[in-house]
Amino acid sequence: MSSQFDRSDFLRGMRDGAPFILVVGPFALLFGVLATEAGLSLVEVMTFSILVIAGAAQFTAIQLMSENAPTIVVIASALAVNLRMAMYSASLTPHLGALPFWKRAFAAYFLVDQSYALSALEYEKRPDMTLGQKTSYFFGTISLVAPNWYLWTLVGALVGQAIPPQLALDFAVPITFLAMIGPMLRTPAHVAAAFVSVTCAILFAFIPWNLGLIIAGIAGMMTGAQVELWTERKGTP
Amino acid sequence: MISSTTIWIVIAAMGVGSFGLRFLFLGLIGDRDLPPWVLRHLRYTAVAVLPGLVAPLVMWPAATGGQTDSARLSAALVTLVVGYITKNILAAIFAGAAVLYLGLYLIG
Repeated sequence: MSSQFDRSDFLRGMRDGAPFILVVGPFALLFGVLATEAGLSLVEVMTFSILVIAGAAQFTAIQLMSENAPTIVVIASALAVNLRMAMYSASLTPHLGALPFWKRAFAAYFLVDQSYALSALEYEKRPDMTLGQKTSYFFGTISLVAPNWYLWTLVGALVGQAIPPQLALDFAVPITFLAMIGPMLRTPAHVAAAFVSVTCAILFAFIPWNLGLIIAGIAGMMTGAQVELWTERKGTP
Repeated sequence: MISSTTIWIVIAAMGVGSFGLRFLFLGLIGDRDLPPWVLRHLRYTAVAVLPGLVAPLVMWPAATGGQTDSARLSAALVTLVVGYITKNILAAIFAGAAVLYLGLYLIG
């Protein structure tokens, strides 16, 4: 299979990814503002967004650092939010695994919620795509999303200092997370995982160093997996 | 204020860690399959961590000195419900922000 660039697939990916600018832009803007308010310099904010490109994990890290959580808890919690990337990676491997090493490295860097969701759907819809077409489509989906992520982080960091405290931006992070959680509650297993996570986080809030969150995360994950097993067994008599 | 050293350690660890997670299978493991129980747990990581992170922030907001506050609580509920029903993150954020500002305006 050739991994040649396919212009029409790249453009199709680009077009399919374009609407996500409306989500990624404000999100990046908010990250730039909040990270700047938390005390990060322009260089730190930009390095963060360029190296990590993962909104939810970045917000998690900023929030926990503002709470003075221990560094190891900050890193563990933020990476836990990003564990789904490993799942995306596993899921795209049958499609892109035959690429040369450096192209796989680039694809891995650009593996985000949007590029994964669009590509996985596209590969399923059109199983006859060649490796080159699949690759071109994948990079097409990210071609507008990634630059906008960088650009709007920069804008947010630049205007960050100018925002007055009356705007109650302290609550921007909870609202953003809650907005992301709503659509995630697709199955009873997801609902159960979220419910157990909330309960544990409240019950174990007294534990120092934000370790209550780690407990809540592990308990929520195990609950989700277990409920999924039960639902599957009930579904197949 | 967060120390600059902490910030750089977190950025470096997350940069390496996030790339590692994304590259894990695509780059290193190749076509081998993951055991189903691992995949089953990975599916619930985000939905297990984010609610736990948010719950204390909603219950005891830092801006009110940890006092539960009806404006923030109603904003949180509206955001979650709108997100759940519409599956639209931006709509949920705008609905939540509208309720928050309305609540703060009415309560003072």
